[in-house]
Amino acid sequence: MTAEPAAEQEPIPPEPIAPKPATPPRRPLVKRHHWIVRVTHWANALLLLGMIGSGLQIYHAFTHFGLRGGPYFPNPWDGKYFPDWARLGGWLAGGLSWHFALAWPFVITGLAYLIYLAVSGEWRLLLFRPSDVPRAIQMQLYYLRLRREHPPQGKHNALQKAAYTFIFLLGVISALSGFAVYKPVQLHWLTALFGGYELARYWHFWAVWIFVAFTVVHVALVFLVDPASLRAMITGWYRGRFPSHD
Amino acid sequence: MTDPVFSRRDLLRLGLTAGAASLATACGWQGGPLIPALRGAAHLNDWVGEKVLFSRHRLAPQYPVSDRTPEKDFPAYSISRPLPQIADPAAWALEVGGKVRKPMRLTLEMLQAMPRVTYTVKHHCVEGWSAIGTWTGVPVASVVAMVEPTDEAKYLRFDTFDANYYNGWDRESALHPQTILAYAYNDRPLTPAHGAPLRLYSPVKLGYKLTKFLTRMTFTSEKPGGYWEDQGYPWLGGL
Repeated sequence: MTAEPAAEQEPIPPEPIAPKPATPPRRPLVKRHHWIVRVTHWANALLLLGMIGSGLQIYHAFTHFGLRGGPYFPNPWDGKYFPDWARLGGWLAGGLSWHFALAWPFVITGLAYLIYLAVSGEWRLLLFRPSDVPRAIQMQLYYLRLRREHPPQGKHNALQKAAYTFIFLLGVISALSGFAVYKPVQLHWLTALFGGYELARYWHFWAVWIFVAFTVVHVALVFLVDPASLRAMITGWYRGRFPSHD
Repeated sequence: MTDPVFSRRDLLRLGLTAGAASLATACGWQGGPLIPALRGAAHLNDWVGEKVLFSRHRLAPQYPVSDRTPEKDFPAYSISRPLPQIADPAAWALEVGGKVRKPMRLTLEMLQAMPRVTYTVKHHCVEGWSAIGTWTGVPVASVVAMVEPTDEAKYLRFDTFDANYYNGWDRESALHPQTILAYAYNDRPLTPAHGAPLRLYSPVKLGYKLTKFLTRMTFTSEKPGGYWEDQGYPWLGGL
């Protein structure tokens, strides 16, 4: 593979003005994701799957939120169990073993990713800032087909920045609420921050469904909008229609 | 010709990853060959919980008596069915021994004559539920001071008359000022459901560590297991 071609600032998709040539020029292959990003991405996907599976196993032992005797907090799954295939660990002790064993790799993966972003400066391409709000609205209008042409973007559009910033924060909230449930006496200040033990457990549970919803939309958009990005997240190389830098 | 978006090899890799992931979640799998690795992680977590996070000087928050969970809603577990009960309560005593200089036999009257601690705290069960109750008893630390453990005494083992139920504790957690040998729940003597005549109580550990139906408290140099701990539950159970 040759070195990264300089400035392949490709115009965003629109149909070519000139009639199509017999063989359209191949888009250049560019390096899009550093190996640390790729490794942490897939490690995180697996770890999250394990954390959710073992978490649902733990939930099985007490399917309510709130102090014994109630009233219990609103929960569409109150008193319900999750199917066998969705659970990891087989029984409560197994679920706990998995959950507590995967918790540290989950935290370490998140920290490794964060450190990479900080050191490489790549956080600038990902962090959603107030100035991204109008761009995010334009992007949403485009997706709703209320705007014809794709708004110009760098490596990620403003909606992606919002999603990737939010999902990282959700990971932080999941980890912190997890510690709040794990050590409500030694880390009492943290548990209090979440509104107490019962609420910390409640937020910890809701984070699961936000992760699930995010993943469904994330995977759907990969295939609907930019299938080339899947290869980029696996091999690092990208031959798609979006730029790979800002 | 359009560009292949991802190669066959990429798809294969994705398939392998997804396959491993779905295998891991399928059918309530316990871990198979990975179980020893899980045990290792559990030991690491016990170490972090005991040596890094735990402080004997950090007290669990207390609640007003009005926050108590209604007694009918406070679950009480035991191994034996029907509830274990002793034939002659007058003959009952707690044997304190092991790596100590002065082994003792403490009757309920002796324990009740010692300075008592009463607190209203939150109980955390490993299952995820929590409940608030008031417990009264003698700090384990007071008994420890009386029997004078040797330097070899690193752990405590609590035995019961509830089948083969027993627990192992680290010395630091046992010496926590809120760790007590409790004889009353919500201002009344313990009922059999709550471990009469005497149970271990502490807001710094999960419910399964709070041994009911006590018969013996033994100081050991070797780490004792526990009824549930031997089956895979976390040994420390610290909160």
